[in-house]
Amino acid sequence: MEDNKFDTPELREYPIIPKLRKGVMSHSKPFIAKESHQEPLGFPGELVEDWHDVAINKMADLQSKYRSLQVYLDSCVKCGACTDKCHYYVGTTDPKNMPVARQDLYRKVYRRYFTFAGKYFPKLVGARDLTKEVLDDWYTYFHQCSQCRRCSVYCPYGIDTAEISMAAREVMDTIGVGQKYCNEIISKVHKIGNNLGLPGPALKDTLEGLEEDVEEETGVAVKYPLDVKGADVLLITPSADFFAEPHVDGLIGYGKVFHEAGISWTISSHASEAANFGMFIGSYENMRKLAVRIREAALELGVKRIVFGECGHAWRVAYSFLNTLAGPWDFLDQNYPIPQHICEVTYDLIQNNKLKFDKSLNDDMVLTYHDSCNVARASRMGDKAGGQFLIPREIIKATCNNFYDMSADTIKEGTFCCGGGGGLLTDDLMELRVKGALPRMEAMRTVVEDHGVTHMAAICAICKSQFAKVFPYYNFTMDQIVSVHQLVSNAIILTGQHDENDDKTHSQEDIDEAA
Amino acid sequence: MQISMLSFSIAALFYIAFFILVYGLVSKILQYKNTPAPLKIPTMPAPTTKAGVIFRMSKEVVFFESLFKSSKVTWLFGWLFHFGLFIDMLRHLRYFIDPVWFWVVIIQPFGKYGSILMFVGLIGLLTRRIVVDRVRYISSPSDHLMLILLLCITTTGMAMSFYLGTDVISVKSFFIGLMTFNIENIPADPILISHLIMVASLMIIFPYSKLLHAPGLFFSPARNQIDNSREKRHVAKWAEELERN
Repeated sequence: MEDNKFDTPELREYPIIPKLRKGVMSHSKPFIAKESHQEPLGFPGELVEDWHDVAINKMADLQSKYRSLQVYLDSCVKCGACTDKCHYYVGTTDPKNMPVARQDLYRKVYRRYFTFAGKYFPKLVGARDLTKEVLDDWYTYFHQCSQCRRCSVYCPYGIDTAEISMAAREVMDTIGVGQKYCNEIISKVHKIGNNLGLPGPALKDTLEGLEEDVEEETGVAVKYPLDVKGADVLLITPSADFFAEPHVDGLIGYGKVFHEAGISWTISSHASEAANFGMFIGSYENMRKLAVRIREAALELGVKRIVFGECGHAWRVAYSFLNTLAGPWDFLDQNYPIPQHICEVTYDLIQNNKLKFDKSLNDDMVLTYHDSCNVARASRMGDKAGGQFLIPREIIKATCNNFYDMSADTIKEGTFCCGGGGGLLTDDLMELRVKGALPRMEAMRTVVEDHGVTHMAAICAICKSQFAKVFPYYNFTMDQIVSVHQLVSNAIILTGQHDENDDKTHSQEDIDEAA
Repeated sequence: MQISMLSFSIAALFYIAFFILVYGLVSKILQYKNTPAPLKIPTMPAPTTKAGVIFRMSKEVVFFESLFKSSKVTWLFGWLFHFGLFIDMLRHLRYFIDPVWFWVVIIQPFGKYGSILMFVGLIGLLTRRIVVDRVRYISSPSDHLMLILLLCITTTGMAMSFYLGTDVISVKSFFIGLMTFNIENIPADPILISHLIMVASLMIIFPYSKLLHAPGLFFSPARNQIDNSREKRHVAKWAEELERN
């Protein structure tokens, strides 16, 4: 692969819409899944002999199962509204990275086999046979879509390229052309319970290590429990939280919040993964199987609530799909949203004055906040539309003195993907990831210059890993990305904690006064 | 009265076109309606109530809200065209009802200007399709032809209404006659006949082309779903079957 030889795009002064450069990303393909990655998911190990017919049948099957797909394939008028909205288009200028052009790779095959016009007048409507060449284009460009839904916001019909790219990936999996990164990871979750293949004992070690660190630092015995039956809360968090930076600092923060609020909680070794890559490959069945592990863990541990840690697509699956995939959740405490986001938990506690913060402990940072696409455009927090924008910002403002938003067209529902979502967070797609980060990096640079921003906070494991990796390409440093609950962790004053400044411990009265 | 061959042909064309339009649209709408939406995928932030969804959808249908967010130029031309088309279609109701409803009479003078909006909108959209490299890249011949067809319908209509005129009384009795299966003569006015043939073609093309965006919008899960997935379990039939295994 030529991954090592590419130029990082220049940050532009004015983000004008770039001119098309045909084929500049046609070489970008992720590694193909091997038989051992495919079969645990129920997919053939290599390209099946009658792949053409199998693919067309699968397309028909998906059209009959997903209204979104059927309606979106028919409804596009090629108005071009989405053409400049994709971060991969902006960063690469390859025309096939325009959302409509990406969809058309699928749509032209749909038209050829399933519509009157495409069957009899293919040239007129741009319909094409499904050939090896077209399949190759599918593999290339449906793995340059992070399913971030930004195009869907701007489409007059809400056409969501994510739906098309999920369908295309499922068709490809069905004929034996899977993507290694996603499918290898899914097979690990099926087998072991998390993306990393981290077994129970290793997880236990890690969590005990965290307990020691936190106690050493604060003097308070904050617990990071594993497989505790009868705990109130089952925490489902991305496995990156167990070891990666800055993710783990977020996990430390969740533990401190639970500790301080007196909520008993546990992690499960059976469902030690919030991520659900089944969504990325468009496989309802795989997504469901992964989600059902959470149900099994909740039943086995007898918990009353389920709380999700900081993970963007996991929160989409949790918020929007978990009830569908693994519900009904009638055995949980109905007084709490099911499932709940850790930010909702923390926000509620802040609202009720249950947590005490010393904001100055975050004074070494000037923060901005990156809305993760799946949280922003595919889920919600709290009880009002838009809570997913408000709640994380309120947490940051409660824990930090210095916060500035990036420019309005790059945040909230218009947020730009980090460049690594949708199953693309793999080293074999490094060029794509770096280029796809361009619009976010430009917005970041502006707040750095205008407000002296030093750090970007996020609530998504993929965003955090992606930024840690691509920041250096744009002359930022990898530690400039932080977890929101890392800010909470830094600023929270635990009952009985050593005070870093004057060495006195905070008494219960202090806490009560603050309340 | 002797019915001309021309009148027979146009009448037949309109019966066929009407049948295809209705049959095609009804089957598409039934297909959309009967295809399950297994997952909750509204583009967030989304309304949390049904009334909210109706409000969101109305803003899309009437004002093209999302398009306004994405491209002001496309929005302007697109909205001008559709609004002009809407007024002109209402204005054309007078050829199909007798006596003509009060409000249809009222809008007759404004209706004339609807065609100007359509014309400006279509020229703008066509220019954009040719000039902007991104839009040119995604255009098929059918995308250009569709705009040209609409432009020809608009200009022939304008020619009749602003300059040449046509025998509107006969046109009206022709269409009223069609509706009561009583074919009458249509004036052999070449502009009128080409206007009508193109309108019939548009009706035939409608259910088999991207014009399906009209019903499609109402079935778009990204826009018509309520954000209530935590409160209400949403499961498609085919997905229920997975649960039994």
